[in-house]
Amino acid sequence: MKNFGYTVIKQRTIDYDQFDGRLLNEVLEMEPSFKVCLSCGGCTATCSAGDLVSFNVRRMNLLLRRGQTVELESEIKKCMLCGKCMLVCPRGINLRNVIMLVKKSILKYKPVNS
Amino acid sequence: MKHIVIIGGGIAGIETASALTDAGHWVTVIEKEAQVGGKLNNWSYLFPDFTPVDKIKSVLQEKCSEKDFSVLHQTEVRSILRQNGKFSIETSGEQQLEADAVVVATGYELFDARRKEEYGYKIYDHVITSADLEQLLLPNGDLTVAAGENPKRIAFVHCVGSRDEKSGNHYCSKVCCITGVKQAIELRKRLPEAEIYCFYMDLRMYGKHFEELYREAQEKYDIQFIRGRLSEASEKIDKSLLIKAEDTLSGRPLKMNVDLLVLLVGMEAGKGTTTAAATCGIGCEESGFLKTTDSFLKSNFSEQEGIFLAGSCTAPMSVNDTILHARSAAQEVNNWLLRK
Amino acid sequence: MKREGKIQVWQDYQKEIADDHYFYVRSCIRQNFFPGSEQTFLKILRSELKKDIYENPHHTSCSGIGYHSDIVPFETIQTIVARQFALMTEAGYQNLAVSCITSFGIYNEIIETWKEFPSELEKVRNFLKKATGREFEIPQNVAHASDIVYKFRQRIADKAEHPLVNQQTGKPLKIVEHIGCHYSKMFPSKGVGGAEFPHVLVGMIEAWGGEVVDYPERRHCCGFGFRQYLVMSNRGYSLSNSRKKFESMEPYKPDAIVSNCPGCPMFLDRWQYVIEEMEGKTFGENGQGIPVMTYEEMAGLVLGYNPWDMGMQMHQTNVEPLLDKMGIAYDPNLKYAGKDGKLIGKPMMVGCRC
Repeated sequence: MKNFGYTVIKQRTIDYDQFDGRLLNEVLEMEPSFKVCLSCGGCTATCSAGDLVSFNVRRMNLLLRRGQTVELESEIKKCMLCGKCMLVCPRGINLRNVIMLVKKSILKYKPVNS
Repeated sequence: MKHIVIIGGGIAGIETASALTDAGHWVTVIEKEAQVGGKLNNWSYLFPDFTPVDKIKSVLQEKCSEKDFSVLHQTEVRSILRQNGKFSIETSGEQQLEADAVVVATGYELFDARRKEEYGYKIYDHVITSADLEQLLLPNGDLTVAAGENPKRIAFVHCVGSRDEKSGNHYCSKVCCITGVKQAIELRKRLPEAEIYCFYMDLRMYGKHFEELYREAQEKYDIQFIRGRLSEASEKIDKSLLIKAEDTLSGRPLKMNVDLLVLLVGMEAGKGTTTAAATCGIGCEESGFLKTTDSFLKSNFSEQEGIFLAGSCTAPMSVNDTILHARSAAQEVNNWLLRK
Repeated sequence: MKREGKIQVWQDYQKEIADDHYFYVRSCIRQNFFPGSEQTFLKILRSELKKDIYENPHHTSCSGIGYHSDIVPFETIQTIVARQFALMTEAGYQNLAVSCITSFGIYNEIIETWKEFPSELEKVRNFLKKATGREFEIPQNVAHASDIVYKFRQRIADKAEHPLVNQQTGKPLKIVEHIGCHYSKMFPSKGVGGAEFPHVLVGMIEAWGGEVVDYPERRHCCGFGFRQYLVMSNRGYSLSNSRKKFESMEPYKPDAIVSNCPGCPMFLDRWQYVIEEMEGKTFGENGQGIPVMTYEEMAGLVLGYNPWDMGMQMHQTNVEPLLDKMGIAYDPNLKYAGKDGKLIGKPMMVGCRC
């Protein structure tokens, strides 16, 4: 195969038909309150870790819900489980449990769309 | 006894007529269609509690048959002139009416979704509006799509024809968001296995029980809400639709295949209201809806003395807002007539 | 798909196209990619349609490439365009026939700027006068050359020798149409049919017996943005854009692609070869590519012109499959014999391994 000095760029569009819902389904089964998240960002605003490193808990939750789990494996380690997010959440989601479930199961489900 | 003419026999027109008749006046309602009820005839279940529309319709019908106001069906107003302190009205049925007061209740029209050509309404087979879906959600409605199967994935698009420079309507049409949530839940009840998505810019859950219904939609009915405006819809070779939006909350563009696309169309002032504005010499807002004297204490008064406004000809309104506005109009007309 | 919906959209976007007496402004790079196209256009207009179309040898590139690459400032390009108009006015013409889509976009953009900002127009009149001593009038009608062919498509159809029909099966050829971005995306009202469902090529294809393929990425850019491909490290953008289109049109098994821009058919043609060399993937039938044509070449083929006279041997993706389907007779031995039978040189490799 020839190399012309440039290449086809990988699309960064979320292709919803490549949705990998395995991790999400497991989290939702154990923590159904996660369903009502509306990505308001209150959790990220108060996050102890997000203040110091590039950890965005709202975005992690969203990527989990979109089946885009590639980034989650490394990012989720940054959470310190302090629980401040749960104090803020207007929908009453048990966020610490969501994060614990992700940490526990993410190695089981290696992402198919990396 | 004073005579009041009401232009429009929808919810607002009939409710105003009923209240004014109770106050002892003689009322004539001019309605351009063959039956009263206006746009209420197009809806099946009302938000937020899924009240069947027949409940409201039957009350309207009862008022028409039991109360003493007359309705001129399939009639329109040709001209209105002020003469000797009264209004001289000529109708399309060659009648001459004389009234002490006029109430404009000409209502709204739904945005014609063909104007948003990038969504392909009436071009692609499986793009429909919320009004179309409302009929299909009736028990005998046919929801099948390509190959005669039920849709496996359905997407709702909010703000079609509203909040949109390209459509010429800058305002928010208020009731479409809750309509989307209501219809999403109704679709879920019909198609338990389907994936249902709502693509919104903002979710306007302004009314009583609206936010609770939204939460219920997420919690109990597994409706997925994605914040992002659809840029386009294209038809694929198997008649499913490829839609593109941005998942703004994760900051990445998103594309997916859906089997059915539902456009939540907004309310517009419509021809009846624009004609009424010209006939009565009333001004319109930039949105096309009729101008009221103010928004707080005189929202039923128009710029013309003796001509009052009721219902969604003044702004997008839900059914319960319209009923309240109509009853208020009746009260204002009555007080004004007593003072004259 | 419901045609009535599309017909409604086309009717909403109608534009005026001049009837005769055109001042032709050529494309600067098109002659390299598709050598015979502009000549074919002039031949069709003069010999078949008997129209008056004049070109002044002193006219220049509109400098759109430079402008879009941030090398030529806006004042300069306005003056260059003004000079083109001055040549047009001096020759006594008022209708502009533009060969290139980028130029078409530039002319429209500048005329709209002058309408909205008359002070700019005064400035440019001044610049031109100082630089060259010329004066100009704004053309009354600016039409792209494809608009003109669209306008007379029925007359061409009446003279058609080879309609766009597959002679082996009797069915209409399935043709993908691709519009240059600057044709209607900048000013939808200046394109026949608007930006979402442009009609200029659809009208031609259907008038000449073909069938249009409507696929999801039909309005996607092919990637021929100057900034994207001029520098090699950026060229991945262009390639990825075209590849997205190819993947989207593949299930429909089109017989050909037609485009009205200089750059788009060049990219759609050449990138098929690049993708084949890089990944081994082709998008046409039997492991071949999808032949790409300009609308002038399509019109020429329909009218029975010799494909080698129109320069179709210069295409990277072989056009012989299409010629065979249309039943056009051609001599494969004469493919690289230029005018007067002198061999113009045979390339080392053509097509996509075929």
